[in-house]
Amino acid sequence: MLRREFLKMSGAGAGALMLPIYGRAVAADVLATTMDVATKKKMATVALNAATKNGASYCDVRIGRYLRQFVITREDRVENVVNTESMGTGIRVIVNGTWGFAATSDFSEDGIAKAAVQATQIAKANSKFQTEPVQLAPVKGVGDVSWKTPIVKNSMEVPLKEKVDLLMSVNGAAMKAGADYIRSTLFLVNEQKYFASTDGSYIDQDVHRIWAPMEVTVIDKATGKFRTREELGGPRGMGYEYLDTRSKGIALPGGAVVYGSAYNMIDDAVAAAKQARNKLKARSVKPGRYDLVLDPTHLWLTIHESVGHPLELDRVLGYEANYAGTSFATIDKWQSKNFKYGSDKVTLFADKVQPTTLGAVAYDDEGVKTGRWDLVKDGVLVNYQAIRDQAHILGLKESQGCCYADSWSNVQFQRMANVSLAAGKTPLSVADMIKNVENGIYIIGDGSFSIDQQRYNAQFGGQLFYEIKNGQITEQIEDVAYQIRTPEFWNACSAVCDERDYRFGGSFFDGKGQPSQVSAVSHGSSTARFDGINVINTARSLG
Amino acid sequence: MTIYTEQDAKTLLQKVIKLSKADECTATIEGSINGNIRFARNSVSTSGIISNAELAVQVAFGKRVGIATINEFDDASLLRVVQRAEELARLAPENPEFMPAIAKQTYKPTDTFVASTAAITPDYRAQVAADCIAPCKANKLVAAGFLSDAHRFSAIANSKGNFGYQQSTAADFTCTVRTDDGRGSGWVARNVADIRDFSAKSDIQIAMDKASRSAEAKALEPGKYTVIMEPAASAGLISFMMFGFDARRADEGRSFLTKKGGGNKVGEKVFDERVTLYADPAAPGAAVMPWDEDGLPRERTSIVNKGVVDYLAYSRYWAKKQGKKAVGQPGNLIMVGGDKSTMDLVKSTKKGVLVTRTWYIRMVDPQTVLLTGLTRDGTFYIENGEIKYPIKNFRFNESPVIMLNNVDEIGKPERVADDESPFVMMIPPMKIREFTFTSLSDAV
Repeated sequence: MLRREFLKMSGAGAGALMLPIYGRAVAADVLATTMDVATKKKMATVALNAATKNGASYCDVRIGRYLRQFVITREDRVENVVNTESMGTGIRVIVNGTWGFAATSDFSEDGIAKAAVQATQIAKANSKFQTEPVQLAPVKGVGDVSWKTPIVKNSMEVPLKEKVDLLMSVNGAAMKAGADYIRSTLFLVNEQKYFASTDGSYIDQDVHRIWAPMEVTVIDKATGKFRTREELGGPRGMGYEYLDTRSKGIALPGGAVVYGSAYNMIDDAVAAAKQARNKLKARSVKPGRYDLVLDPTHLWLTIHESVGHPLELDRVLGYEANYAGTSFATIDKWQSKNFKYGSDKVTLFADKVQPTTLGAVAYDDEGVKTGRWDLVKDGVLVNYQAIRDQAHILGLKESQGCCYADSWSNVQFQRMANVSLAAGKTPLSVADMIKNVENGIYIIGDGSFSIDQQRYNAQFGGQLFYEIKNGQITEQIEDVAYQIRTPEFWNACSAVCDERDYRFGGSFFDGKGQPSQVSAVSHGSSTARFDGINVINTARSLG
Repeated sequence: MTIYTEQDAKTLLQKVIKLSKADECTATIEGSINGNIRFARNSVSTSGIISNAELAVQVAFGKRVGIATINEFDDASLLRVVQRAEELARLAPENPEFMPAIAKQTYKPTDTFVASTAAITPDYRAQVAADCIAPCKANKLVAAGFLSDAHRFSAIANSKGNFGYQQSTAADFTCTVRTDDGRGSGWVARNVADIRDFSAKSDIQIAMDKASRSAEAKALEPGKYTVIMEPAASAGLISFMMFGFDARRADEGRSFLTKKGGGNKVGEKVFDERVTLYADPAAPGAAVMPWDEDGLPRERTSIVNKGVVDYLAYSRYWAKKQGKKAVGQPGNLIMVGGDKSTMDLVKSTKKGVLVTRTWYIRMVDPQTVLLTGLTRDGTFYIENGEIKYPIKNFRFNESPVIMLNNVDEIGKPERVADDESPFVMMIPPMKIREFTFTSLSDAV
């Protein structure tokens, strides 16, 4: 499920002593440095030796340095600037066919060796209750390799003043365009991760992500009504170059502007203020069945909830039953080789390699080379997302490479890869798609979201809703949410625009596990059409 | 050792404050030992103990503020963390909403520490898992659960001479039990101050019973129903509504407590007159720390009194701007109820739906606090005071404000937790009329 941490973090904490939730706060200059690879290899070797000496048949070591910067503003002021750094070592071992894990922030050789021994002790203790010994899909050691998110401008090196100036311009533009309030934030992440294992891999990766969330609020004092509009530029696996105020964006039918790999926050803030004002007087939707035209800024979240999660193998098997839930997409449906997850227009794939995505890395957190694979091919369920100790369940010879831990101190486990809807194979533009819709709603931006614990019944809102009548966009409407049953929804997909329209959305806050861990994930798609979907009206009166 | 004594904490914080050259300095240190065990598919999957302590230092030069934190406490590290906070403060723009450090306060200790909870051992956790798994295995049921416990301490101090110290404990247990054919699912949760009030052996029976009884679920038409909400079912909705109790949000015109034409609804009747909500740091069985995030002392605070809004949460800045007194913000949420159990409420119901819990609750419209979410792990049809049969889960679209106007009966409050709520809560089971279910879910 998508966590609400971010809202909590950027919310009421203003003015209070805000404890950074991701580790210790550091001065800005510390953010621009990296750790020496030779030192990391030396420390990892200490852990690998200590673990194998104490009976480990397998050991992996993750030495991580996790840097985050938050710049939080509202209207004409900066509410908070927080730099955090978290650094330490996580050691995972197999002894007697059982996992053990320990983590330490102590970087002395003795401290690391001790943690490695502790991991073997935990594995030994847990092995007494072991009923299914771990089967690890083989991975060939890759020796010393390194990878870095191909960024142009390291966000951590951009002076704070430049960031504050940008956000103040964004806020000023929104207020000038009619906003009553605006909150804008920069959220910058750099994960410096070193992985070493007894398979003979020593992998150094430098991962960068960026997100610039904002919320514009407009108020009609006389009626007491208020409306908000959130950003249309999602998070990306990019450097500071993503925030490009020269970008004109992509103008959609109906006039809304969305963004690809260059996000103009200022233009989006101005549009947000105007569109939020329109919401105050927009006509309330008449509930009923509509053909929905869903923009990628919206569809990513529907893909996330109704495809990404149900096809996580640990959920399917029941390991998440007490928290996030299980899945309707059971093994027997996959084994039948004819379970129609969607219409023949629907091909959904998982990957950790698409450039600029939040999931993009060269190797996952257990040293597996990342790749791309189909989950649903021409409508039929063909695969799940699995890691090394699950691959055998699917008859796979190797892991699909989607193992992740959100910090050095947490154990890595199966997390969602990027899951995306493949672009349509025949040429189709958004304008041409809309021309054929008689009675529909065009939805842009993600809004409210909720789905059941087996991923059948979901409800989604949005940021902008436009009525489509006889192939024409007529007006902006309000109070729209649609309810789906997952397989019916994807089987109602009648068209997907071609690759010219392919764009990404995503989140930093996909939550899973107990204790809960978060992970960042992107979802790509082109605009897609879904026929006869149930739309409800969400307006209520409190009297 | 991550649990400092009061004297050790005081010595450390005073040392930090002395190191700072800023105009003012606030330092807090918090430490905890967290233990947990997780099981699924009738087998233990993970277990661990995490010990950590963290020092946070906030300094100010004029209206420029810097914050830094660290988890090493030797003299060099203490100096480093103070210097980092000071560096950040010098780089930070002036904050026009800056509030100076609080004056020296008096904190009344509360009963947040229970020795038995602090003494939970790995063996105890393993036994909880075993007590859940064994009966499930024997009855063709599958258990997945999580027990998490903590022993913490918290200390605050500032350059104006303020100081507070207190220890606390917590324990939270949840378990989902499913029939091995996946057609039935039940759930039980216990959030306790004193672990001696918890028995996995007896509590697991509740989840097992619900799992077995929910296997042949029938489909009812979505619509408006009388519902019996178990405490865990409504806690998430009520907690979600509390964001609207922020004074600034209401005064700015973006809360359900905003008044048409400006201002807020304090003093107005917004809920049914049987609804009374308050916060009390010393509440028996639901005690919380005696100070809030700003270090302001918490007091017993009436939030809603007989349906009338009595309270809005003021940040120190907003209180000053509006000419109000800033008081400590609530750490718990207590709803006043009667003596009836959930089953008593079922007995007095002619036709209705019993809801065990609600799930994935998200805001649809903040204007009316319209929330959506689903029922889960035990939803039953009630007829003539009896549970007749299990029914398929529903999606709801309902506002807690409307829900708390449609109250028919209120039972005896129970301590509940919600992993998305910041509050320790005492919530009663409730009978609510015209609760809005908008669609069916096939999920079990």
